[in-house]
Amino acid sequence: MNPTDLRYAKTHEWVRAEGQECVIGLTRFAVDQLTDVTYIQLPKVGRNVSTGEGFGEIESVKAVSDIYAPIAGEVVAVNEALSGDPGLVSRDPYGAGWLARIRVAGALDLSHLMDAGGYDAQVAESPH
Amino acid sequence: MSLWLDHLRRDGNNKCMDGPTPSISANPRSTALHDWHVDHGARMVGFAGFSMPVQYSSIVSEHKAVRNSAGMFDVSHMGRLLFRGPGALMWLDRLLTCRISDMAVGQVRYSLICGDHGGVLDDVLVTRWPDAWGLVVNASNHARVLNVLANHRIPDAICEDITFSTVMVAVQGPDWWQACQGILPGSVVSLAYFRGELVDGDGACWRVSRTGYTGEDGVEIIAPADAGTALVDSLARRGVTPCGLGARDTLRLEAGMPLYGHELDDNIDPFQAGLGRSVDLEKDFVGKGALIARRADASLPVRIGIVLEGRRAARQGDDVLDVQGAWAGRVTSGTYSPTLERPVAMAYARRDLAVNGMEVSLAVRDSQLPGKVCPLPFYRRAKRI
Repeated sequence: MNPTDLRYAKTHEWVRAEGQECVIGLTRFAVDQLTDVTYIQLPKVGRNVSTGEGFGEIESVKAVSDIYAPIAGEVVAVNEALSGDPGLVSRDPYGAGWLARIRVAGALDLSHLMDAGGYDAQVAESPH
Repeated sequence: MSLWLDHLRRDGNNKCMDGPTPSISANPRSTALHDWHVDHGARMVGFAGFSMPVQYSSIVSEHKAVRNSAGMFDVSHMGRLLFRGPGALMWLDRLLTCRISDMAVGQVRYSLICGDHGGVLDDVLVTRWPDAWGLVVNASNHARVLNVLANHRIPDAICEDITFSTVMVAVQGPDWWQACQGILPGSVVSLAYFRGELVDGDGACWRVSRTGYTGEDGVEIIAPADAGTALVDSLARRGVTPCGLGARDTLRLEAGMPLYGHELDDNIDPFQAGLGRSVDLEKDFVGKGALIARRADASLPVRIGIVLEGRRAARQGDDVLDVQGAWAGRVTSGTYSPTLERPVAMAYARRDLAVNGMEVSLAVRDSQLPGKVCPLPFYRRAKRI
């Protein structure tokens, strides 16, 4: 159900490894739960983040939710398109609605993240 | 990402739901339409002890349906009380800030019930039905209002609580009558704003009033509980969009309407809230003495409207700062307005800020967002020619 080439955090961020860099986004489940996205706050380029650190916010009509860095590294790019069109994250969460690129120092280790099967199972178990 | 649904599941309290803090007991109550909501894809949340639909699809699309065509709301959770007997008028008159003795049959008024100290205990609609006086109260204040009534009991008056034997459905939007035409008699379209009448609904007595909490035209229908499902099914067949509490909140906020627990609570008086029109100081009522004193107290903060720049909303609890950066008040409600396409907020602030165009800033999480004081309501519907 979720793209199998990605890895997933419990907190509903996905990661696509591209060499020393990772593209980060939010899962379809997460954006479908939110509906009505009105604003996304992304980290500043150049910021260093650690795994699990809150590094952005996504706001919907009802509430604000934190976005957590699924891996540690330096933020080298953010998706500028989201500032004028936050709904893009809901329309295409795995593609044009990506959030940020993080460059990882040293060896890329995604073992703390779930594969698609693991994330699908987590979603299936959550009461909703 | 932390999902608001996760918060709900974790601690049983829906912290992210704007509105009075609900308590989800082990068994939240259901309205007669609960299963209908679930069958139609509603997300249910706890609100004032009830399991209620917050949205069926998207809050913004439900909001726009009300502004552009017609939407319907299950508001059965609200308390509905009928008063009969020769003492009924006096009983209500004692507690309501507005005069009711001059109300015509079929007339509806917005009013407040205050405590001895002048703080608002609830905001209500009072109706002079042909057969009884009616009161509609906030679900969160249902028990409290019954208590206050009991404390001021008058002989020769009976209160009947019809909350659980009825449903209440609001149909709101410019196309409300197109939707209701086959269901309600033609006399309903001639009802003036804030007037109600009894109608025959399938052989039972329905109470219909031209009232609402959205800023659009429409009606609120009180029908027997067992007629509820057929009513909403009929409305849905006629193209009315089911709408939940999420859209209800954004609509009433755009219309500048107060919500108890936000713009009203027992530390706020009607004058601060800008509701002086609903207070008649020429009559007697509980809290009158305190209100006279409070009305004269210029140190009390007053309700203001604020429009923000950008897209980020200020929300309940966020600080309002004046142009010097000094603390000047607090936001009571805020959201991104789907109609204005800007964030809007209501707040209580130092009286000197209540000037249209006054620049303020809102402390929203780690930022200070610029805003301007503006008149309420934020949105007014266009009059039909």
